Amino acid sequence: MSAPLTTAVRQKNHAPTEPQVVRWLLIGIALIFLTLFLALPLAAVFSQAFEKGFSVYLAALREPDTMSSIKLTLITAAVCVPLNLFFGVTAAWAIAKFSFPGKNLLITLIDLPFSVSPVISGLIYVLIFGLQGWIGPWLQAHDIRIVFAVPGIILATIFVTFPFVARELIPLMEAQGKEEEEAALVLGATGLQTFFRVTLPNVKWGIIYGVILCNARAMGEFGAVSVVSGHIRGMTNTVPLHVEILYNEYNYTAAFAVASLLAFLALITLMVKSIAEWKVRQQLNNT
Amino acid sequence: MNNKKLTTIITTVALTLSIATAALAADVTLLNVSYDPTRELYADFNNAFAKYWQKKTGDKVTVKQSHGGSSKQARGVIDGLEADVVTLALAYDIDAITEKGLIKPGWQKELPHNSSPYTSTIVFLVRKGNPKKIKNWDDLIKPGVSVITPNPKTSGGARWNYLAAWAFAQHQPGGNDAKAKEFVTKLLKNVPLLDSGARGSTNTFVQRGLGDVLLAWENEAFLAINELGPDKFDIVTPPESILAEPPVTVVDKVADRRGTRKVAEAYLNYLYTDEGQNIAAKHYYRPINTKIPTRLAKIKKLYTIDQAFGGWQKAQKTHFADGGTFDQIYAPKK
Repeated sequence: MSAPLTTAVRQKNHAPTEPQVVRWLLIGIALIFLTLFLALPLAAVFSQAFEKGFSVYLAALREPDTMSSIKLTLITAAVCVPLNLFFGVTAAWAIAKFSFPGKNLLITLIDLPFSVSPVISGLIYVLIFGLQGWIGPWLQAHDIRIVFAVPGIILATIFVTFPFVARELIPLMEAQGKEEEEAALVLGATGLQTFFRVTLPNVKWGIIYGVILCNARAMGEFGAVSVVSGHIRGMTNTVPLHVEILYNEYNYTAAFAVASLLAFLALITLMVKSIAEWKVRQQLNNT
Repeated sequence: MNNKKLTTIITTVALTLSIATAALAADVTLLNVSYDPTRELYADFNNAFAKYWQKKTGDKVTVKQSHGGSSKQARGVIDGLEADVVTLALAYDIDAITEKGLIKPGWQKELPHNSSPYTSTIVFLVRKGNPKKIKNWDDLIKPGVSVITPNPKTSGGARWNYLAAWAFAQHQPGGNDAKAKEFVTKLLKNVPLLDSGARGSTNTFVQRGLGDVLLAWENEAFLAINELGPDKFDIVTPPESILAEPPVTVVDKVADRRGTRKVAEAYLNYLYTDEGQNIAAKHYYRPINTKIPTRLAKIKKLYTIDQAFGGWQKAQKTHFADGGTFDQIYAPKK
């Protein structure tokens, strides 16, 4: 959708075959669709949030349980994103630049969280770490809490955000090929030098793109986290869970105020994403 | 011994003592795992208890709350949600935790009044002015009356609704189980959809504007009116209904391991004091202490689970287990 693509397309088909009317009709339908399903709900969130004025909005965000949910969401993202970044880059590097047995299996496994319902992703951890689960009794005997506590929330979030960085990097790295790395090695660079000075700079924008998507999901995940949270106020409620609680307590203004934080996050994500997308294309065009 | 020395000694002793007691005063946290409609009640009660406990022992106690569908919450405790106390919608859900050995059998005899410090009942929330003239349960089966109630498979409140209707029909002249089944079948025909929880149904009725009458916990009905507009709804208290006894108990395994038994027991006992009972009344629960004033309408006849259904275990098995009466009579609208 961004500029380079449209110019590229235009260069290829000099004479569009569809009549003017059809093109305008298609654009119109797309615009109406976008307004109805994206712009309107977004506007509704903000108008509801600010319905009773800015001071009420601020007061709703300053409430201790809300603050604690924001803190928990930030902690969760701060743990999950770096871990998934590390995993994503290593996995993508291994898959794109080397051949080894079981490579296809690894690619399939990385995709697993995309194909599994988030509820199942949460239940997995309850079944393993829950009191009736495999190692629940042992954990309890040693006073270690995983599910219904922060570690469980982080585990479930890592699971659902697992594929984002790797999925973004693999095609990019594969498209770039191995030539530059091979050249570096021939010129006498060590493996690490090659990685940090050749591979990494080449995929910089791809990484940012993956990280921002991963972060958005880590902060916004509802299903999996809901299963492992236990919903203890001020302790194990993340922002999305807290929005639901506020809504169910007829506290609509506060619910939408907190929801507007997530909407802000989405807008920033979209912005950074478009920039990264554009830069990725540039990087690809340069190679 | 001169006076100065004596003062020094006394001051030192006093200082040491005060430091020692300050060190002894501990910070305790309790987790109360409860069902959906008690959010406001316990938010209020926890503050009152914290004040009382600090005054009595000097310890600072923070009570954390978790709310959700009653059965779902019980499931959480079974799976390791570390509740020191549970305050659920019905005894059957606490029995489920007992089965896994987390609570000692016979828990319901530990506290007065079947371990239910407050009771509630099922009432009708109708549109302002009661346009469909709904007064009693038999008005609900009239053609053209649309009834909103949650799904008894997942919601504790819905099970009370179902059993309230059943008990009503059973106790009419010439009533028996067959008649009751016929009555509830007709009633369910008037239900356009079943939400999974009590709050979901309230939102359906109030926000989405579906239905002529919502079967609701008495306190939920009042909360909905207070929060969302006294000018839009009326509460109809039927002359007969069911006596809902939401029980409370200490989760023995957790409290003993965390060393919180003493404060957990004090917490539950405090529900029975005048202050606890007043807070329950304030949030539209029916206090068991009849001296506490309440704003709730008198109900002529309240049927109990034990007397009408032979206890929760039996009621659950007959009506809500797979193949029970609910499965036999409920056919989802296509």
